[in-house]
Amino acid sequence: MALDPGIVPEGRRTFMQEVIAATPGGDPHLELCLQCGTCGGSCPSGPDMDHTPRQLFAMIAAGMREDVLKSNTPWFCVSCYYCVVRCPQEIHITDIMYTLKRMAIEEGYYRESSAAEAPDFSETFIDFVEHYGRSFELGLATRYHLKHHPLGMLKMAGMGLNMLIKGRMDLKPTRIEHLDQLQAILQKAKELEGKD
Amino acid sequence: MPNRYAYYPGCSLEKNARAYHISTLYVAEKLGVALEEVPDWNCCGATEYFAIAALPAYALVARNLALAQGMDWNGGQRHLVAPCSACFLNLSKTDHYMADSPQLAAQVNEALAAGGLHYDPGAVFVHHLLDVIVDDVGYEKVQEMVTKPLFGLRVAPYYGCLVTRPDYKHIHNEPEHPFCLDDLLAALGATVIDYPVKTACCGGHMTQISEDTALELIRRLLKAAADYRADAIVALCPMCQLNLDGYQAQVNKHFGTDYHIPILYFTQVMGLAFGATPEEIGIGKEFVDARPVLNKIQEKPPEEGKKRRKKRRDKQALPMPELLRTHTGRK
Repeated sequence: MALDPGIVPEGRRTFMQEVIAATPGGDPHLELCLQCGTCGGSCPSGPDMDHTPRQLFAMIAAGMREDVLKSNTPWFCVSCYYCVVRCPQEIHITDIMYTLKRMAIEEGYYRESSAAEAPDFSETFIDFVEHYGRSFELGLATRYHLKHHPLGMLKMAGMGLNMLIKGRMDLKPTRIEHLDQLQAILQKAKELEGKD
Repeated sequence: MPNRYAYYPGCSLEKNARAYHISTLYVAEKLGVALEEVPDWNCCGATEYFAIAALPAYALVARNLALAQGMDWNGGQRHLVAPCSACFLNLSKTDHYMADSPQLAAQVNEALAAGGLHYDPGAVFVHHLLDVIVDDVGYEKVQEMVTKPLFGLRVAPYYGCLVTRPDYKHIHNEPEHPFCLDDLLAALGATVIDYPVKTACCGGHMTQISEDTALELIRRLLKAAADYRADAIVALCPMCQLNLDGYQAQVNKHFGTDYHIPILYFTQVMGLAFGATPEEIGIGKEFVDARPVLNKIQEKPPEEGKKRRKKRRDKQALPMPELLRTHTGRK
């Protein structure tokens, strides 16, 4: 039986629809991309990206799931929102980059990108927030760099020491009072998202 | 001006950006802005939580909004102010998207309910500290408090990204060429340079992900300030301040440059003009020492260069467009 070209068969979402569905907070307008390239031209870290946002959106439309999720592009997004305010189609580009990061982690593809360590930075940061309710710079820097750049620790140690001398870094994390309340909220949110 | 604001300092202001916290409280007191800290606030997740999980990231931010909503407002409009641009963005984004998407609002509230909390989208008006100063307090009131004008100090107004972009509440309507910080600094008597990269990105967390990318972005900001002979860059975000200040030595090493440009928070610069001692506003905590440039502040305004006589324009010539220099803020 011939497929109705206008209807995606039930249970078969296109990759683009998946990306849109995984981006909460109103319509991200991703399917409206005109391929104008304003995003890539506005991007401060564009030169270091595997693909410009424009290319990435064309790849999403073409269903190139693996290539998209292996790209370092989302991890090099600095969240500056230049592309977002300039995009003639008002695509929520930054939010889509966050969605692609989440999908790349979930499906493990990030390991093959040139930004393979980036998710661990985010996860280490979040780990402290989930355990204390506040971020903790010293813990984040030492845990992340010891794991990934043990040799670079010396350089970081100089900066860290300076931060301590200037009174700009705590030795201990700060714990919020109602940590149990925060953890219950986060646990519930994870359950609702099906990721506990 | 609202009688009172819920104050969300954010994690950076607790320690790394302590100078911003101290100077914010100093300036707020001088200007009669009542700040009351949100009780038991938690981290906003910065740019990290959204990369890991969406709903928990929104719920993390929404707990703060719910706590602010629950403060005693005596039936008045609720206002929340964050001095950190990333906190400001996350708070206003969560409020905005919850209002835009009933589905998101319902899910976030289901999560909040597990902690006995609830947030009604739109219940709290989220401000960045800059717009409280320029729109709610106003330039005139600021100018009235100036006892030591910053004559002769050349400053680069650096907005960074998140205050004017994406600007969910249309407070600035100037995503790339804002002028409100320029005008504020001018009201303090400083000489404000027309900083061409005023809204360029400092690289955020890229110092940790890809140092080469980050150092190049920081270098551009320092170079433009040096080219325009700025004595200091004035920032309004702890991330921008840390990148420009803390990584300046690394930029110099990496590119063979020799920049020594102190990075001050706008509240510190206001404090100076209000007559604060450097200690009262946290000066001394920066890596690139700001004290030498403070000696450049003069008693009198700098003499203006000889005015060149304007050549009479040909009457037949077309008129030139004028650059609009107004801050179109909320009234």
